[in-house]
Amino acid sequence: MLRIEKLNFSYGDLKVLWDVDLEVKEGEIVTVVGANGAGKSTTLKNISRLVKPDSGALTFDGQDLSRLPSHRVVELGVVQVPEGRRIFPEMTVMENLRMGSYVKGTRKDRERNVEWVFDLFPRLQERQKQLGGTMSGGEQQMLAIARGLMANPKLLLLDEPSLGLSPLLVKNIFDIITGINRQGVTILLVEQNVYQSLRIAHRAYVMETGRVVLTGGGQELLDNEHVKKAFLGM
Amino acid sequence: MAVFLQSLISGILIGGVYALIGIGLTLIFGVMRVINFAHGDILMVGMYLTYILFTFAGIDPFVSVLISFPLMFIFGGFLQKVFINRVLNAVAQNQILLTIGLGLIMSNTVMLIFTSDYKIITTSYSSSTFQLGGGVSVSWPLLISFLITSAITAVLYWFLLKTDTGQAIRATAQDREAAQLMGINVKRMSIIAFGLGSALAGTAGALISPTYYIFPQVGSTFTLKAFVITVLGGMGSVVGATLGGVLIGITESMSAAYISSGWKDVVVFSLFLLVLLLKPSGLMGKSRT
Ligand SMILES: Nc1ncnc2c1ncn2[C@@H]1O[C@H](COP(=O)(O)OP(=O)(O)OP(=O)(O)O)[C@@H](O)[C@H]1O
Ligand SMILES: [Mg+2]
Repeated sequence: MLRIEKLNFSYGDLKVLWDVDLEVKEGEIVTVVGANGAGKSTTLKNISRLVKPDSGALTFDGQDLSRLPSHRVVELGVVQVPEGRRIFPEMTVMENLRMGSYVKGTRKDRERNVEWVFDLFPRLQERQKQLGGTMSGGEQQMLAIARGLMANPKLLLLDEPSLGLSPLLVKNIFDIITGINRQGVTILLVEQNVYQSLRIAHRAYVMETGRVVLTGGGQELLDNEHVKKAFLGM
Repeated sequence: MAVFLQSLISGILIGGVYALIGIGLTLIFGVMRVINFAHGDILMVGMYLTYILFTFAGIDPFVSVLISFPLMFIFGGFLQKVFINRVLNAVAQNQILLTIGLGLIMSNTVMLIFTSDYKIITTSYSSSTFQLGGGVSVSWPLLISFLITSAITAVLYWFLLKTDTGQAIRATAQDREAAQLMGINVKRMSIIAFGLGSALAGTAGALISPTYYIFPQVGSTFTLKAFVITVLGGMGSVVGATLGGVLIGITESMSAAYISSGWKDVVVFSLFLLVLLLKPSGLMGKSRT
């Protein structure tokens, strides 16, 4: 479904991605883990075309993403829930959700999708009229995921969805991600919570300083000595 | 009391037009983070457009808004697409120089075509008034322009709050990158925002043309005024610009009545400085965090 081959990217003179290869097949949950600054978010930004790759191939269902503007990528069904939530602060919960289904083909499903995300996150229904900027961190994270789901994603890119959430909510979020996946949404998940995210992943990649250094099944990586030492403190 | 009411009413009426000018500037700033130093010159182009339509086609200045609004929208959208979109990621100095340059080109082109002579549009109602009673009179052209302004402002609020495109413009202003992730074509939103800003400035130009002198350099006064209004209201805030415009209108007309018209700019700027001292982000501005 998504195929990245030999992706290279620099911020100005600073090269941050080196020949990154990554694949996501339909129906999978694929996790990318790695230390701070490894280049995980930058990889997602390349996929969503917020930035332009220096070189390499970036295709989704056979379409060359590297030639498309960001809004076309969303229209194809590749939807990103960015790091740091990025809620529209001066819009209500409902308006934020509405922006999630801005893309033409998704507007007709608006009501159905609103019901769906309210079902997933009942808290959002209670807070429909609240301004996004005044919500708590956890609530904003729910809203960010819900907003992403409003766009009928085929492939959902999640950048650290569990960051800053209470342990109970973290478990909740991972359950919800699994649930969304079962409903047919393919997921590419970037996480610092290595244990939880590998546990739900079909396959996973480990990134270090801009390179993919390890790949394998989720459970396989959980048992990997290097992963245990570097990320799980074992 | 009559003087007070008289200047309050005149102030509100002229303030409506100021609000239109300010909303245009604040919309452009909100979406692009570019301060449009050509704003007054765009208004001036709107005045000349009205002058042309009036002189050569006999179209009433207020009716001509129906033509100048869409034309100025296209003009602004063109400026954005061809010039401003290219400097969105450039340093602020370059953006400022570009908009100042565009303004100069507009005023000089108009000067070449029309010379720097003052033009006036004389309509049958240019200086007609009606009595409100108690010694208070209201100028017809001011009242009509205020009604048109109110209608345009109301439609604009509805557009920004209720339509998908309007919400997408606000989303782009609040977080450009997040807007891109929603599938919003932010370049297109920028074109619409600059088009709207120019249409509002051009319409303001059309509305004041029955009561103002028209000359190529008239824009600079209005650029400054637009800037004061938007900073006063809070950069990027449409509600702030609306309030700021009316407030400046009232202040000008009050100080002209109670002090002297020569002093009105001094009073306006004193008020401006006072508000900024008390609330540096402007009346409706969000303090930066
Ligand atoms: N806008 C930017 N300009 C310059 N350098 C950047 C920019 N964004 C990120 N970087 C650099 O690129 C590298 C990769 O950053 P990236 O955000 O992709 O890391 P990450 O793996 O997502 O880290 P984290 O887990 O902390 O979110 C880092 O060294 C970072 O400093
Ligand atoms: Mg990151």
